[in-house]
Amino acid sequence: MSGPTSIRLARRDLIFGAGAGLVVLTLPRAVLARPTLDDAIRGFTGGKALNDGRVKLDIPPLLENGNAVGVTIDVESPMTAEDHVRRIALFNEKNPQADIAIFHLGPRSGRARVSSRIRLATSQTVVAIAELTDGSFWSSRASVIVTLAACIEDLS
Amino acid sequence: MTARALINAPKTARKGDIIEIRAMIAHKMETGYRQGPNGQMIPRDIINRFVCTYGGAEIFSADLFPAVSANPFIAFSTVATESGTITFAWTGDDGQTQTATAEIAVN
Amino acid sequence: MVWRKPGLAVFAIIFGGGAMAEIAGEEKKSGSGFMSRETQAMQADDTSNPGMFSVLDGERLWREPVGPAMKSCASCHGDAEVSMRGAAARHPAFDETSGKAIDLAGRIKLCRRDKQTAEPFPRGSEELLALTTYVGTQSRGMPVAPPVDERLTPSRENGKRLFEARIGQLDLSCASCHDDNWDKRLGGSPITQAHPTGYPIYRLEWQSVGSLQRRMRNCMVGVRAEPYEFGSQEFIDLEAYLNTRASGLAVETPGVRP
Ligand code: HEC
Ligand code: HEC
Repeated sequence: MSGPTSIRLARRDLIFGAGAGLVVLTLPRAVLARPTLDDAIRGFTGGKALNDGRVKLDIPPLLENGNAVGVTIDVESPMTAEDHVRRIALFNEKNPQADIAIFHLGPRSGRARVSSRIRLATSQTVVAIAELTDGSFWSSRASVIVTLAACIEDLS
Repeated sequence: MTARALINAPKTARKGDIIEIRAMIAHKMETGYRQGPNGQMIPRDIINRFVCTYGGAEIFSADLFPAVSANPFIAFSTVATESGTITFAWTGDDGQTQTATAEIAVN
Repeated sequence: MVWRKPGLAVFAIIFGGGAMAEIAGEEKKSGSGFMSRETQAMQADDTSNPGMFSVLDGERLWREPVGPAMKSCASCHGDAEVSMRGAAARHPAFDETSGKAIDLAGRIKLCRRDKQTAEPFPRGSEELLALTTYVGTQSRGMPVAPPVDERLTPSRENGKRLFEARIGQLDLSCASCHDDNWDKRLGGSPITQAHPTGYPIYRLEWQSVGSLQRRMRNCMVGVRAEPYEFGSQEFIDLEAYLNTRASGLAVETPGVRP
């Protein structure tokens, strides 16, 4: 190549072509009406106060692809019959739906640690909330940056 | 229905050990938020519930939403209590449940 | 609002000058070497690599008797762990019958059609992908070993020519990115050296397993070029050339890529 070349191209320019499959396109308006992150959290806690601490949310801050993001939630708890984590919920800020997953644990879990893989539509905040046997709620949040995969296919 | 699933659980453990279990099932987890080539929305089709039982008792479960990745992967822990069967059950939007099992020897 | 990734609307790539340069031996690196630790871990552990579902499906198909003679792949080839070891590492290979280069999926298609006389599997079908992944994984860890076979020279040369030819509305060649700018990023993605080490791969972007040809088609669409047809001689020739470029790197099938 002779001399520096600068190329700027819009995403819509990248996604054309042919093939058999599916694409992700704009959504109908109805989908926009999702509860806010705070509403979703209130739905889970019943409006009880959220405490900081105890919960460790492990998620890479910069993601290569939002389709499969590894998350691990670790909650400090003795996990005895009297004192354990009952539920761990994950919520997001900007997907079409705020819920991600709710995990149900108990004393037989031994350790309050859960991992999964989740989808994140765009750069946003993710929140993990643990509910303990004493009825208290503990949380941790993380913000993630989702980068765009290069050379995707359109399939329209 | 037998699941197309991959389970990672120890075959043996000492009584009282905390063991890690990982379970992944083949499923596209269609979100219900995507359009097909014809402009029609593709209907939601996900695994919405996962239950793990050990020696017949439920030890872990999960409610899943469309934001869980295709081929849902879940790792969790349990205390090795007795030799027996660990059963994994995934239920889809269609109401169908797929299962897989793993045997564990505890001494 | 879109469901995924509306955030980054514009790519900006600044390419410096410099002539086409092939990658020096010690700099040669598989695509997996550019991935995050998390994606590497997903590939490395068989119970967390979703490509393993394709391997399991392929294993089942390997044993399934089909066609009028009710032959399975195993009827002729026995245990794939023994008979198919190295097969992926040495494809594309020369096919005596057609007198042309043939890739692994093409070879499997032929066995299905001619040796089993069964309904052929089309390119891109889950069955052909599964068998190719299953046969491919038998070479996992072995070095890519392009056959020493002069009859493959025309195919490799044509592949190199195609790799270096500018295409599409962006007027870029594969080499503009993968030889000259492999250490840079395009948007958020490392460009990488385009080594075909992990194929078929589980691509997070696709949320499924797909072929090397599908991956190359994505790059062609990216530069706004009309992609070659699946199974076309152009793609086989590109694969034959890519295999010589990747010589010595370990086979990783089933790879995971972003
Ligand atoms: C504009 C730059 C660009 C051009 C031109 C380009 N590619 Fe790519 N290619 C990429 C990027 C970026 C990736 C990695 C994307 C990712 O996986 O996130 C990639 C990935 C690949 C891979 C996957 C490698 C792996 O590790 O699995 C192959 C193979 C490939 N390209 C082949 C080609 C071929 C063949 C051509 C020409 C027809 C081509 N590319 C043209 C940017 C380009
Ligand atoms: C009737 C016997 C027969 C059956 C059935 C058969 N093959 Fe083959 N296969 C052969 C022979 C013979 C060759 C050697 C090349 C040739 O003669 O075409 C071969 C070559 C191959 C190769 C190349 C091996 C290498 O080391 O390079 C692969 C891969 C392969 N077969 C896969 C398959 C798969 C997958 C199936 C099932 C879908 C299958 N074969 C079914 C007879 C068979």
